[in-house]
Amino acid sequence: MVSKRKPKLAVWKFASCDGCQLSLLDCEDELLSLVGRVEIANFAEASRAVIRGPYDLSLVEGSITTPHDAERIQRVRRDSKRLIVIGACATAGGIQALRNFQDVKEFVSIVYATPDYIATLDKSTPIAAHVPVDFELRGCPVNKKQLLELISALLSGRKPNIPAYSVCVECKQRGTVCVMVARGEPCMGPVTQAGCGALCPSYVRGCYGCFGPMENPNVESLTAEWRHRGVQAPDVVRALRSFNAYAEPFRRESEAHDQ
Amino acid sequence: MKSLVIERTDLEKLFSTLVGRGYRLIGPTLREAAIVYGEIKTVNDLPIGWTDGQAAGQYRLQRRGDAALFGYNLGPHSWKKENLPPSLRLFSAERRDQSFVIIEEPADELPMAFIGARSCELHAISIQDRVLMQGPFVDPTYARRRNQTLVIAVNCGQAGGTCFCVSMKSGPQATQGFDIALTEVLDGHRHYFLTEVGTTRGAEILNDVPHRAARDVEKAAAQRIVDRTAATMGRKLYTGGLKEFLYSAYENPHWDDVAARCLSCANCTMVCPTCFCTTVEDVTDLSGAHAERWQKWDSCFTADFSYIHGGSVRSSTKSRYRQWLTHKLATWMDQFSTPGCVGCGRCITWCPTGIDITQEVVSLRERQPGRKEQSDGEP
Repeated sequence: MVSKRKPKLAVWKFASCDGCQLSLLDCEDELLSLVGRVEIANFAEASRAVIRGPYDLSLVEGSITTPHDAERIQRVRRDSKRLIVIGACATAGGIQALRNFQDVKEFVSIVYATPDYIATLDKSTPIAAHVPVDFELRGCPVNKKQLLELISALLSGRKPNIPAYSVCVECKQRGTVCVMVARGEPCMGPVTQAGCGALCPSYVRGCYGCFGPMENPNVESLTAEWRHRGVQAPDVVRALRSFNAYAEPFRRESEAHDQ
Repeated sequence: MKSLVIERTDLEKLFSTLVGRGYRLIGPTLREAAIVYGEIKTVNDLPIGWTDGQAAGQYRLQRRGDAALFGYNLGPHSWKKENLPPSLRLFSAERRDQSFVIIEEPADELPMAFIGARSCELHAISIQDRVLMQGPFVDPTYARRRNQTLVIAVNCGQAGGTCFCVSMKSGPQATQGFDIALTEVLDGHRHYFLTEVGTTRGAEILNDVPHRAARDVEKAAAQRIVDRTAATMGRKLYTGGLKEFLYSAYENPHWDDVAARCLSCANCTMVCPTCFCTTVEDVTDLSGAHAERWQKWDSCFTADFSYIHGGSVRSSTKSRYRQWLTHKLATWMDQFSTPGCVGCGRCITWCPTGIDITQEVVSLRERQPGRKEQSDGEP
């Protein structure tokens, strides 16, 4: 049952575009219900008011890319009963994990006038590489319905309905015709976790893999099929290296095609 | 059974009669580069002059050289999505003080009329009937939909590249499960439908549609079409001793070969017209005062499907594919006295990597340890 004190919710930003936090603000109709159930204790995108920890629920957006953030996430973990990471940056390192395939020092020397001022890590890594996390909500950005489902489930003390199966299941459930079979579009759907509602195939585009690898992805078989259908190796690498480039199954397969 | 003829020009009257009697028409229509089943109103909503080319992992819409209404093979959808919807709210509940009340779902508004169901699909429906409404536990939504749905079948005028209904003895001629069955005949300048009546409900509807008794030459023309379809199946599956063979094939090395190609994406089970597995999800809203129970299509290719205390029973893709194929072609017979496959070929066409159930069975037979060269496999 509902306790007297409202649980304290905090939202934390690391290396990210803020889009996943904004998904929370985008819950327009449900926002009033949300503030009725939780106390917003730290959410810079919504309010300057900050309430001290500890926090019952922390939503963490972004990846770890600097020594400073690597320390800060430890404090956030210490101050949080439950720590939920949201979005591709926090769950897989994000688009900025493309640096992981290159030499960051070289980038810094080219981009910045005074490279000495830049303190950055060689790799962009997910939150789970630094602290234990209680749940990973996928997506670039996260799906607002899934975010509400997750928060509702946590507040009710029940299991969240966040399936780890492929995007194909969502395509078929909504009756979308398979773009790979009917049009020959290379589609990441068969190896990508559901959650977006199969958005891109419903607009006749192949899936871009925003929600990262599904539970048992056979990326090797999918890319072999693409190659068989005429997709060139550099295009396979590009498809795998987007928002979830450093998620292990995508990383491994992109490196296999990156000669 | 008495055969009748409805002229192409009078078919609209069949549609308008059904609409006039309060039916919602569900039938083939063009959408997203495929022929899918959706709500239609008139004959003009049908895929007139269109067909499709199908192979393992490939479907392409193509123009026909004529104005056939039903000149296509099967599309990605099956009637399962109407009888057993992919996502269905079973009931809601509201918190009231220290208790709660159940809010039942309202019944569907209008009965449906399926336009253009093929013989293999009628077999698939009867297989699902056995599972969902003829056993000890009846799915009430499914039963209600089935009992009020009218079925206009169409005998297949051509075989698709992945069809094998002849092997599964489920087509191409509709023999059961319809109110009215049509065979579309395009014979030079003539375009008509040889019509058979399956039920009194079907006969009543035809009272309002112009028709006449079929001449022998028309009956023969329709029969030739179905015979030609039967003779040109895209695939075949040798079913002799298949159940016993699969029960002995648990350790067959070919399962590893399939698993290397299988994406475990669940597409085959979603498009299969007999796959009936569903899961149930309970959801609550933020306030905690409102809850809903949803039924959703599930698949044996997911980890959650076989999750029990301690983990998933079938954690590998190999174990999931083996379970699926063995269930379809063997254990289903012990469970429901029929195979769970009607030879529609959808799992072959709509597999993104083109895994072919008929070919996998051939390969399994070939690679079975201890196999005698001449005694089994295809004769």
